[in-house]
Amino acid sequence: MEIIDILLTANFWAAALRIATPLIFGVLGALICERAGVLNLGIEGIFTAGAMAGWMAVWLGAGLWGGVLFAALAGSFFGLIHAILTVPLGLSQHVSGIGVTLLATSLSYFTYRTALPDVSSPPRIIPFQPLDIPILSDLPFIGPALLSQTALTMLALVMVFVTGWVLYRTPLGLAIRAVGDNPSSVEAQGLSVYALRIGAVVAGSSLMALGGAFLTMSAFDAFFFGMINGRGWVCIALTVFASWRPGKALLGALLFGAFDAFQVRLQTEVGAFLPSQVFLMMPYLLSIAALIIVARKADYPKALLVPWFKGQR
Amino acid sequence: MKSGTFHLSRRAMLSAMAAAAAVVSFGLGAPAPVMAADPIKVSAIYTVPVEQQWVSRIHKALNAAQERGDITYEFSENVANTDYERVMREYAENGSALILGEVFGVERAARKVAADYPETAFLMGSSFGPEGDNFSVFDNYIHEPSYLVGMAAGKATKSNKIGMVGGFAIPEVNRLMNAFMEGAKSVNPDVEFTVTFINSWYDPPKAKEAAFAMIDKGADVMYAERFGVSDAAKERGVLAVGNVIDTAADYPGTILGSALWHMEPTVDHAIAAVKAGEFKAEDYGKFSYMAPGGGTVVLDGALLPDGTVAEVEAKQAEILDGSFTVNVNDEEPKSSM
Repeated sequence: MEIIDILLTANFWAAALRIATPLIFGVLGALICERAGVLNLGIEGIFTAGAMAGWMAVWLGAGLWGGVLFAALAGSFFGLIHAILTVPLGLSQHVSGIGVTLLATSLSYFTYRTALPDVSSPPRIIPFQPLDIPILSDLPFIGPALLSQTALTMLALVMVFVTGWVLYRTPLGLAIRAVGDNPSSVEAQGLSVYALRIGAVVAGSSLMALGGAFLTMSAFDAFFFGMINGRGWVCIALTVFASWRPGKALLGALLFGAFDAFQVRLQTEVGAFLPSQVFLMMPYLLSIAALIIVARKADYPKALLVPWFKGQR
Repeated sequence: MKSGTFHLSRRAMLSAMAAAAAVVSFGLGAPAPVMAADPIKVSAIYTVPVEQQWVSRIHKALNAAQERGDITYEFSENVANTDYERVMREYAENGSALILGEVFGVERAARKVAADYPETAFLMGSSFGPEGDNFSVFDNYIHEPSYLVGMAAGKATKSNKIGMVGGFAIPEVNRLMNAFMEGAKSVNPDVEFTVTFINSWYDPPKAKEAAFAMIDKGADVMYAERFGVSDAAKERGVLAVGNVIDTAADYPGTILGSALWHMEPTVDHAIAAVKAGEFKAEDYGKFSYMAPGGGTVVLDGALLPDGTVAEVEAKQAEILDGSFTVNVNDEEPKSSM
């Protein structure tokens, strides 16, 4: 059966992991923000800003890791705007988030056009190259799937563990989770709710920006306007799917990546019978189905979307 | 009350000034058609950045006309479809003689605007026909070079599998893909096609993934309708076919040939018509055909089997002298089974 054959090739899983990488960064970023009680709909714009900033920095000669750092900085800048508007000022998180998305997207393109007023196609950089890690690459099945991945994908996988460890194994993580459930209790502990929430949004946003940077510095080698193409929004849905847990976030991103890698392969198999739109719909449709199954028991951070003001009960 | 009278008198004065200005400008404006050397004001409205392959061809032709001194050229890029009508009106109000653009998402509204400004010439990329007295349409009718480059691809494939990645399955894309497939089949009846659409004009990572999937399945020639496909081809060491723009220099040893689109014949004809005061609503599609120079094919002989270039050139001569016609087929292309 051809469908089973597709699922058994290492190339398929390599593609799934490639497609999932920006989503892993994005979901981790989103869940850190939401764990602290702040929904960050700036994600789509922060992806764009990260994609532009990282690529532009490399093009200007910053080196690949310099570009990654620069992308993270761009992400934290827009995260800070969102945090100031929503945390101490307590404005609507939805409105501020959409505002940040519009601002970051337009500002990225403005910067791009100002720096490169008359190019016929965007300049290309030399992106991250696939890694060959001695022991991992020799593993059966997983090895070849990991073999074609770049350092940024490895970083994304490492960040899953780092985020999980910080959230569940450190006092800081406990404070972040508490500030998203019951901010007053954090205040009673003598910790600053504002500082924790702002810090979480800034850190989460810098992770989101790395998702964008992956697209221009690893998956491709140039920045195009509109290339984020809704990936940020997918992350917001996947965060609910993941029940705000890093491990499930990885699973959700991989599942979406696998659906997408599967649909392009299926299009070439049975595309003669079914319209192409059916396949393009598939990852989203399956994600919605998965969401319905999983999210019924979704355990929202209690104080998500609820602004907290000092001295107010 | 006092301020009211002041307002009235000011308005009266303003209208008097406007009338005077009108007289003056009429006085100066009347001989304008005679002085044909004067550059005319041309504006363009694009829904995507000017880097986009399709739009870049219009942008290039208009820039060339500006450098010749035929026109003054201003443009807006990245205009949302919801904003398109407003920008059209703005350019029409500010005295543009000719407005170009692409109205695939705002066909009806754009025609309404054109009807409101009968003095302005509109030349728009559109899936439908011309309308009224001043709304002309064009499109990238480069199915002829697509057929020719398809012949080259049919000769070049060793696995007899050609992969095709497109943006959206719309007539503008389908037409070229179908002609390409027909061209390949004409020289190699055994060739099989896999077709994928990514539903985006601008998602190179996604296009790249779609291309990888086809190469994994054995495709050794990739039809690169979108950015990202040639990148995948180069990475995996297979060949690619360019579309609309020539990207061969960016992918050395990868692009076996390209079907190129040139907007110069279309744009130059429209400018001449406006200057002569003879602009009317017509379908400019024919100016993208090979005969007037709207479409050309480039081949890289080093990447093709011997004799391919000569065979393609012979067919090109047949197209140019009218003895061979390439079909226009706007149906969505399907993978062969």
